[in-house]
Amino acid sequence: MVCIGIKDETISFLIGGEAGQGIMRSGSLLGRALMRGGLHIFGVNDYPSLIRGGHNFYILRASEREVYSQGDGVDLLIALNDESIELHINDLYPGGGVIYDEEGKLDPRELRGDVKTYPTPLTGIVKEIGGPRVVRNTAALGVALSLIGFNPETMRGVIRDTFKGREGIIEMNIKALDRGYEYAERNFEGLGCRVETSKSRDERIMVTGNEAIALGAIGAGCRFYAAYPMTPATPILHYLAAHDEEAGMVVVQPESEIAAINMVIGAAYAGVRAMTATSGGGFCLMTEALGLAAMTETPIVVVINQRPGPSTGMATYTSQGDLLFTIHASQGEFPRVVVAPGDVDECFYLTMEAFNLAERFQIPVIILADKYLAESHRSTRPFDPSRVGIDRGELLTEWSGDEEYRRYRLTESGISPRIIPGIEGATMLANTNEHDEYGFATTNPEMVKAMMDKRFRKLKALRREIERLNPVRVYGSEEAEATIVGWGSTKGPALEALRMLEGEGIKARFIQVVYLEPFPAERVEELLSGDEPKLLVEMNKTGQLGSLIKLHTGVTLEHRLLRYDGRPVNPGQICNAIRGVMR
Amino acid sequence: MTTMEELSTPARITWCPGCGNYAILTAVKRAIVELGLRREEVVAVTGIGCHGRMTNYIRVNGIHVLHGRVLPVATGIKLANQRLTVLGFAGDGDAYSIGMGHLSHTARRNVDVKYIVHDNLVYALTTGQTSPTSEPGFRTRSTPRGAYEQPINPLLQALASGASFVARGFAGDVRHLTMLLKEAIRHRGFALIDVLQPCMVWNRVNTYEWYRERVYKLEEEGHDPHSLEEAYRRAVEWGERIPIGILYREERPLYHEHFPPLRRGSLAFQPLKTPDLTPLLEELS
Repeated sequence: MVCIGIKDETISFLIGGEAGQGIMRSGSLLGRALMRGGLHIFGVNDYPSLIRGGHNFYILRASEREVYSQGDGVDLLIALNDESIELHINDLYPGGGVIYDEEGKLDPRELRGDVKTYPTPLTGIVKEIGGPRVVRNTAALGVALSLIGFNPETMRGVIRDTFKGREGIIEMNIKALDRGYEYAERNFEGLGCRVETSKSRDERIMVTGNEAIALGAIGAGCRFYAAYPMTPATPILHYLAAHDEEAGMVVVQPESEIAAINMVIGAAYAGVRAMTATSGGGFCLMTEALGLAAMTETPIVVVINQRPGPSTGMATYTSQGDLLFTIHASQGEFPRVVVAPGDVDECFYLTMEAFNLAERFQIPVIILADKYLAESHRSTRPFDPSRVGIDRGELLTEWSGDEEYRRYRLTESGISPRIIPGIEGATMLANTNEHDEYGFATTNPEMVKAMMDKRFRKLKALRREIERLNPVRVYGSEEAEATIVGWGSTKGPALEALRMLEGEGIKARFIQVVYLEPFPAERVEELLSGDEPKLLVEMNKTGQLGSLIKLHTGVTLEHRLLRYDGRPVNPGQICNAIRGVMR
Repeated sequence: MTTMEELSTPARITWCPGCGNYAILTAVKRAIVELGLRREEVVAVTGIGCHGRMTNYIRVNGIHVLHGRVLPVATGIKLANQRLTVLGFAGDGDAYSIGMGHLSHTARRNVDVKYIVHDNLVYALTTGQTSPTSEPGFRTRSTPRGAYEQPINPLLQALASGASFVARGFAGDVRHLTMLLKEAIRHRGFALIDVLQPCMVWNRVNTYEWYRERVYKLEEEGHDPHSLEEAYRRAVEWGERIPIGILYREERPLYHEHFPPLRRGSLAFQPLKTPDLTPLLEELS
């Protein structure tokens, strides 16, 4: 495989148009085709919260090496309407190209002189083949493939697989693709970017964070999923509902987020691995029940895909504004785990780990992701669930019946064995009220203290377990001249930034805090003890990880790159900020 | 065979003397004994309010949950394990105020749980405030001029939501209430039993005497519980005469019967091992 972009060894496309013009679909078709051609890909979408009209775009970046995020510009703009030309012409690198419908009113040559233009009769092609207007996107993809010298047969295969069983649609899309490709072959010179398929390639999948979380739940043997639709967590519901039989999972859309988490608690009480997912607003409704899970010591997994708040905020954009809220949500004090995956692999493996932690320690575990991670595509190696496995902790499937079973037996570890309700000889009483060992409500001061201490005793082993799970991950140069500190989805742009800085001769590293509660304070403190300048990168207004680091280690991170306009941080922004702090 | 003694717990009962909860507790235990259910296969889910202590006083599986959230928790349990008999207990504040939304949705799904509402027409554990079933003008500490609102009619609400079993009991008639509970448990599907329950402390209007003068048994007046129209007619009766008994029942597919993974048996007892994800991963290649 050979891949040469204009700026570096990656090639980036921006496909823009109105909602309803098949922008996301084109992005994923192109991504899958390039992946099958042997490239690594990353794709991110940007869309407002509506179904028709409004501007949508999808950025796809591909390379022979791993790609972690979008870049700072694009090589090829595929504009399905005039607005896309206007909005994105300046995203092109000098020498880049723009494909557009020659029927449009806007001539990109009048806006920029240093880019190549590829006016194509997209509407004409669609009319000629008698297809619906929406297949202009596939015709444009045909043009794009010709410009980068990519064999269209791979794309034909992707089209056949994507629309499997819908022969008419397959035929129409392949026609459109071929016409676009042929038109470009006849009329245009190549872009100067080049992608050629080769035969040798690793097995890869193209997956979103949401799909990876859903697969992680299936891999962990989660058998019950209840979730109320809320962007950007809804695709998990869609995926699991579509695969419930293969997964052996009961998938429910209840009347509210409150119902969702309470159903999950009911299923988990009954001995089944159970999960819900939502965004910040839905999680607000769940917070009371989060405490119920904690008090009854019922293991549950909650996924929060953050979006900008407060309130409804921007439903389809990204944020990291809910970290401190998540760590503190619900009244009273109780142990919980908050874990933030930074890429699709972590979405899968950390979700599997989340179920083990929830059941072993009988606590709620929260997976904190965001729109950028949840809805972006990335190629990776197929997931292997046996790498994590299933550990249900102290779950009894039988009881001798010689003595009365005590749900909240005071143990040294703080973990009291659970039973599955229904087994012979024992019944299990769980209680939202403070309770004694049998689960009976109590206000006795000694028992109240003993129970609180019991729940918190779990922290000892929990902290040890989290240490083993590598809660703080470090990337880049050992002897760094500068350090980037972040969590969650900023990992992608940060890793890209490391590579760019390396190209400039700057040795930098990235510290990713993966487990945020219980906070791996010692490890973070140790990593931050050097004198090199450090830059905190977060997608929120107040630098919430910075607050946590200050709280737990006393270290103040003075240099901050905080982005809170709903858009992901770009690698170039991080590089600029690093150059700034090194001055 | 389960006995009444086996169903007792050592927890000290803290309800007020004369409280209708005693009768409900007794009727529930009797129903379990008379139906021959093993105590291990029964789960009681309770909400917040005086009734909530039921889980402390009956030795079956139990989970005492948040205010208003009995039904979603009960639904989760039933979907996880169909072998369990799931009994939900709630107060009128629980069921018809903060948790009202769940009633309609659980009813329309026909989840196979039984919902027993201890309806004393007042908030008691919070020391006397108006409830959604309080009568207009009912004077409480939160409504010193009397309640301004019309009461909710829980039976109409349940019927309108598609509940497949709707009944009303009276805590002053344990034998009748036991019969209703047994019928509800035998019924395949969601059942609501609204239980008229005098509160000795906070409701001096709707007393045992007040109810005794008014209640009559539907089964003694030839009511046809299979007629939805008749059920609606009886449900609006309140005042001089108050019907108790089964207003409505119908057979309908159970919620859990729709889910393909449950054809392999209850989730709770399906073995859990790391699955082969290959077919799912191939879709993404």
